[in-house]
Amino acid sequence: MRFLGIRPALIAFAALAASFAAINPAAAADAAKGKIAFTQHGCWQCHGFIGQGSVVTSNGRVIARTQLPLDGFKSFVRTTDAAMPPFRAAVLSDDELDDIYAYLQSLPAPKAVSDIPLLNNARSQ
Amino acid sequence: MPTDKTSPKLNRRKFLATAAIAGAAGSVPPTTAVLAATATPALPEQRFPSALPPNAQVAAAETGTPQAPAAPAENGPPGSDFMVDVIKTLDIKYLPANPASSYRGIHESLINYGKNTMPEFLTCMHEESSVAMCHGYFKATGKPLMTLVHGVVGLQHATMAIYNAWCDRVPVLVLGGNDLDAAHRLPGVPTFHSAQDINAIVRDYTKWDDNPVSLQHFAESFVRMYKIATTPPYGPVMMSLDGGLQTEPARDFGQPLYIPKFFAAAPPQGDLAAVKEAARLLANAEHPVIVVDRAARTQNGVDLLIELAELLQAPVVDQGNRMNFPNTHYLNRPINVIPQADVIIGMELSDYWGTVNGFIDNGNNGYGQITTKIKPGTKLISISSVDLLTKSNYQDFQQFQSIDISMPGDAEATLPSLIEAVKSAIGNDHKDAMTKRGDGIRQAHAKGLEATKQAAAIAWDAAPISTARLLMETYAQIKDENWSLVSTSGNTSNWANRLWPMEKHYQWLGASGGYGVGYGAPGSIGAALGNRDLGRFSVSIQSDGDLMYAPGVLWTAARHKIPLLAVMHNNRGYHQEVMHIQRMSNFRNRVANIGNDLAPIGTSIMNPDIQYHDLAKSMGWWAKGPITDPADLGPAIKEAVAVVKTGQPALVNVVTQPR
Repeated sequence: MRFLGIRPALIAFAALAASFAAINPAAAADAAKGKIAFTQHGCWQCHGFIGQGSVVTSNGRVIARTQLPLDGFKSFVRTTDAAMPPFRAAVLSDDELDDIYAYLQSLPAPKAVSDIPLLNNARSQ
Repeated sequence: MPTDKTSPKLNRRKFLATAAIAGAAGSVPPTTAVLAATATPALPEQRFPSALPPNAQVAAAETGTPQAPAAPAENGPPGSDFMVDVIKTLDIKYLPANPASSYRGIHESLINYGKNTMPEFLTCMHEESSVAMCHGYFKATGKPLMTLVHGVVGLQHATMAIYNAWCDRVPVLVLGGNDLDAAHRLPGVPTFHSAQDINAIVRDYTKWDDNPVSLQHFAESFVRMYKIATTPPYGPVMMSLDGGLQTEPARDFGQPLYIPKFFAAAPPQGDLAAVKEAARLLANAEHPVIVVDRAARTQNGVDLLIELAELLQAPVVDQGNRMNFPNTHYLNRPINVIPQADVIIGMELSDYWGTVNGFIDNGNNGYGQITTKIKPGTKLISISSVDLLTKSNYQDFQQFQSIDISMPGDAEATLPSLIEAVKSAIGNDHKDAMTKRGDGIRQAHAKGLEATKQAAAIAWDAAPISTARLLMETYAQIKDENWSLVSTSGNTSNWANRLWPMEKHYQWLGASGGYGVGYGAPGSIGAALGNRDLGRFSVSIQSDGDLMYAPGVLWTAARHKIPLLAVMHNNRGYHQEVMHIQRMSNFRNRVANIGNDLAPIGTSIMNPDIQYHDLAKSMGWWAKGPITDPADLGPAIKEAVAVVKTGQPALVNVVTQPR
């Protein structure tokens, strides 16, 4: 039972998620639970802790604030046969998947590139 | 190691040496007399065999005060002095090694007779570190180093690093102490550490090996191994160094010893007729693509690739095992240009099949999905020196790919003739189309950079710290230095190659070659050693798992004042394995058991979290950490850069996102 083994770090994640929930009250409880499920079920491994993605593990796809509708999101997670393995109901419940979706939607928009001076150095000597 | 009490009149080693000299004497004229005649050794006492287990005397051979071998001064100079004479002819600056009794003869000669210069002995704490330091040093400088390893066990420690060098096509000269003479070497531990053929341990992934039985044999074989290692395709070479040959007095058997002069071999080039046909295909292609992996060995190679790409207005995909093509150049493009290609030329690719095919690892039965990335009829051209040297056992040659025009030869050496052939093959009617093609690529390049920046902005303020921010905070502090990114162990989503401007061949040195984890720390320190002498500032992205294989190399860096900025990508796990176990769990419809950690049991490096900064400090580094707040990162790296500029190594331990 993985819930018995949750380390204190997960509790901290839950607290952090709750702060996101404060931004988006409609998703309050679900986003907080989703943060925990996102971590427990290993979504972070390929997608990063806040869904930022990676060119080497998620083909560059960003799932934070995903544009997929909930049904499309759930369908993909359940049936994917691409590089991502499927998460079937025996592994990840419908409720957990709903919570994860809420969590992803609760994430703040990224900063604009123009607001990050260090990125102005990109590929410039 | 023989003792004076047990030496026979003519043991096996001396018999072989005599035979070898007799065979060679008539055909090789001496050029350099290096040896005075020596006296005949005293007659031995009889030796009685024993079936008893190792006693205190035997154990003392490894653990107690060493017994002195025969006093060489009475009989002439030791053979290992002559070996040092040979080594000194080859401009080998350093010798990173872990000390061992099986090479005590040459060790003593190197530091006393040779005065510990050319090469200078660098104390290492693991043979894997020694070899990887040689590996990194070569990629920074283009000069090979040698290392010494203990018989059997030391070489066994070194093997993974030798395999990495083999896969990465890097010359490393490995000499392993051994004592062949079973009748007269010390029993017990030294015999545990002897073998008939220690070279067999690494024969599958070395270019050449030998086991000299005379000093003249050593001289010829050492120069030969240097030449073989440094002729493309480069690779590691191995020599077994007999204990008796090191310690016995040098003698010439009537033929003065000499040292063959080394002349570098010209690198092999692609067949000229094939070069012309390749040029014709490229010049007439609508969408030619150039793919490079270890094509550029020097800055000249980089410049030649730029000339070829601009001539063709063709996109260049740099697969990154070397800095082949500037990422600031508009023709530098990602792998997704492959499907549009009608002609692809691959230069020194480690995996041509993987370049033009896709594999999705999505089966729980061990079979994934294979898809082709290229259109039917796409012509494939290859220039690769590795085609000249393929062995059977280890599968570094990758899956077989049919190639239309295959040129076994060195890419950099072939580029001048290819460029001339392309110039001749380009018709005037193609030039407008090529210019238009180049304009399109330029626009795509600019868009690609903007998209990369936008991707880097996501999670910019996240904690754990994003890998994009890790790299750009680092770059901000070193951009005004003559920097060299010597290694990025682990995986930071290739942000360095995507965001740092790389134009010089030493600004990126590639990876380990064989993906044997543990290369990053010693490879970086070896490269930093080379860069130190060339006035460059070395920086590495150091992963947590990689560092812990042989962290003693940190001490080596501090001890020998090798300046290196190591910024840690500490994601607290063996992350590749984290994902593998998660995938297997999903395929099998099981919840992955993460125990008390964040990742599947057996893959995390946490609870307790390793204090890498404390580890580094304990070995003489300046270090800081753990950095968990992205706002603290820049100032910490700035401090570290200031330390490195004083000639010391510095480490910043940063807790990061997984990739």
